[in-house]
Amino acid sequence: MRFLITAALTTLAAGSALAGEASISIEIPRLSVSEYHKPYVAFWVENADGSKATTLAVWYDAKQKDHEGNKYLKDIRQWWRRVGRELTLPADGLSSPTRGPGTHQIVFDASAKPLGELPPGSYQLVVEAAREVGGREVLRVPFQWPPQAPTTADAKGADEISALTLKLTP
Amino acid sequence: MTKFIKLALLASAALSMLSASAEAHRTWLLPSATVLSGKDAWVTVDAAISNDLFYFEHHPLALDNLAVLAPDGKTVTPENIAKGKFRSSFDLKLEQPGTYKISVLNQGVFANYKLNGETKRWRGKPEQIDSEIPAAATDVKISEMQGRVEAFVTSGKPSEETLKPSGVGLELVPVTHPNNLVAGEKATFRLVLDGQPAAGVAVAVVPGGIRYRDKLNESKVTTDESGSFSVTWPGPGMYWINASVQDDKSKIKNATRRAGYAATLEVLPQ
Repeated sequence: MRFLITAALTTLAAGSALAGEASISIEIPRLSVSEYHKPYVAFWVENADGSKATTLAVWYDAKQKDHEGNKYLKDIRQWWRRVGRELTLPADGLSSPTRGPGTHQIVFDASAKPLGELPPGSYQLVVEAAREVGGREVLRVPFQWPPQAPTTADAKGADEISALTLKLTP
Repeated sequence: MTKFIKLALLASAALSMLSASAEAHRTWLLPSATVLSGKDAWVTVDAAISNDLFYFEHHPLALDNLAVLAPDGKTVTPENIAKGKFRSSFDLKLEQPGTYKISVLNQGVFANYKLNGETKRWRGKPEQIDSEIPAAATDVKISEMQGRVEAFVTSGKPSEETLKPSGVGLELVPVTHPNNLVAGEKATFRLVLDGQPAAGVAVAVVPGGIRYRDKLNESKVTTDESGSFSVTWPGPGMYWINASVQDDKSKIKNATRRAGYAATLEVLPQ
């Protein structure tokens, strides 16, 4: 729940409670496997042609001794290649701990960084989950920014992410 | 190891690399990973001469001429160098973020000549030619070999410093970063010979995992006038690319020169 609070504080700190927001809901499946580790998950926004990417959040083991958890960041493979390797982690407002099975929600203020800096246009939300000794899955949800009306878009996954929903409020 | 055996190994490595068609053996370096994150990452690298890629089944690659360039352009000393029956290996600590180039450059001189009606073979170093090949020898054919084998690994953000050619023999100059290769995408590289564009050179691209398929699945591409060639990776995995040239540009008098290049490149899934 830590991250929810952080996200909420960010929203408040950014100003008006009436400001638009982007809410991402992700369902991580409960898996019957012999060795389970909570997945590393990266959330980022790409413009339609994929030429620019901005990280929204990364869930990983940031608290391990000597940043041991950073060793597995490259397993969030697409994110690592697109933008992850350019970052220095942990980073305030980006990194937070991994989450277990269940539905989790993160909320971003439309007027704050990084969404507030997005030029109007076509984008996609990309979410990639990679699990130690497990699999990897990438889901994409296209969207228009800024939203003209409340919109909801979703994507279903098969293995590592059950469902992904993006709710935009102008 | 005696000097003779060392030379013989060097020669066999150089030969097997340079005459891919006559002798099927392939020379390669195989890093345990090519894309790494986090501080103080390590890779371990296997080095071997084999038929199938990437299996240890013939001979270890001698590491006497191993050189590792760190992202800052300085050399790094490999650790735990070991030689087994079928493979050599070493470890590398990636202390700096960026791209490391791992190279083995084997150079040697080979000669055939006739003396008193008998055909003789010789191998050695350029400075030994005058003293070791008898003045009475006839039909002297000298060839210089330059065989280069490389691999690239990157910790964190890829860097460019180590990708510059050294100017010796046949080398690969990446246009697409060699640790940024993804299945289905096109990658472009340049081949240079002594630092100059190597035009019209055939480059063979072979995916690893040969043991578990019937076809070699080798693809061939020829470099253009700027020495450039492109490969669209059919799938993820480790690939071996190989090229060789023969010319008269040896610095050794009356010698032909054969220069070979091989690299192991990792292609990641989308």
